[in-house]
Amino acid sequence: MTVPPGAYFALSAVLFTLGVTGVLVRRNALVIFMSIELMLNSVNLTFVAFARQLGRIEGQVTVFFVMVIAAVEVVVGLAIIIAIFRTRDTVDIDDVDLLRG
Amino acid sequence: MELVLFALAALGALAGGVGVIASRLPVRSALALLLVLGSLSVLYLLLAAQFIAALQVIIYAGAIVVLFLFVIMLLHARSGETRPEKLRGQRQAAYLLVAVFLAAIVAVVVTRPSAQTAGLPEGFGSAQVVGASLFTGYVLPFELASIVLLVGIVAAVVIGAPAGGTR
Repeated sequence: MTVPPGAYFALSAVLFTLGVTGVLVRRNALVIFMSIELMLNSVNLTFVAFARQLGRIEGQVTVFFVMVIAAVEVVVGLAIIIAIFRTRDTVDIDDVDLLRG
Repeated sequence: MELVLFALAALGALAGGVGVIASRLPVRSALALLLVLGSLSVLYLLLAAQFIAALQVIIYAGAIVVLFLFVIMLLHARSGETRPEKLRGQRQAAYLLVAVFLAAIVAVVVTRPSAQTAGLPEGFGSAQVVGASLFTGYVLPFELASIVLLVGIVAAVVIGAPAGGTR
């Protein structure tokens, strides 16, 4: 392993930060959702890098479960976005403020 | 060789990550996400995780991104972010918080205790080894995952059905 594990961790940290930025700054619900996927993937990268560094397979098993849950999350989340679009005709989350005081 | 592959894949992942949050059109965001996912699967191969790399391409690139593209086409959604924001200064506050967060997380990465990279057993990361672990130590989570998948399918059908329409 000529690439040091720290390089993978640093890349993962930057990707996670990009995902956080997208969630905080963008207002299109679909793009926010993709940013969440970005964060999930950066965490997966950390898991796999640690699995490689420690020589243990459990990290990769965890990534498997994260992928399963991410697939479910995407399906349910996109269904919710479609439902919101049907009733309010927008995917801009600033327009969805029924719970605002 | 490994270093070159890592640099290329890392560059692709970073460019895609910036593209996801910076592009005006949601379609371009989805394609940038595809670039990130592909680059990450290359990194998984470098990290001796062949099975996970295949899953990454099949599940994420093959299913999730396609689902995103379907919904984007279905909603023909414009970005719609031209109007001024309702909370003033939230963008500046977000950038500030993100910078602090990045500094903190990089500090953790830099100061982490160094560990020796372990040698790998035969077939590490293959479908056989991952599957053996999955079906011995992680049987209960595996079964629960199938239930979660079932619940997700039912939820998508219920939420996505037209309100008051015939089911």
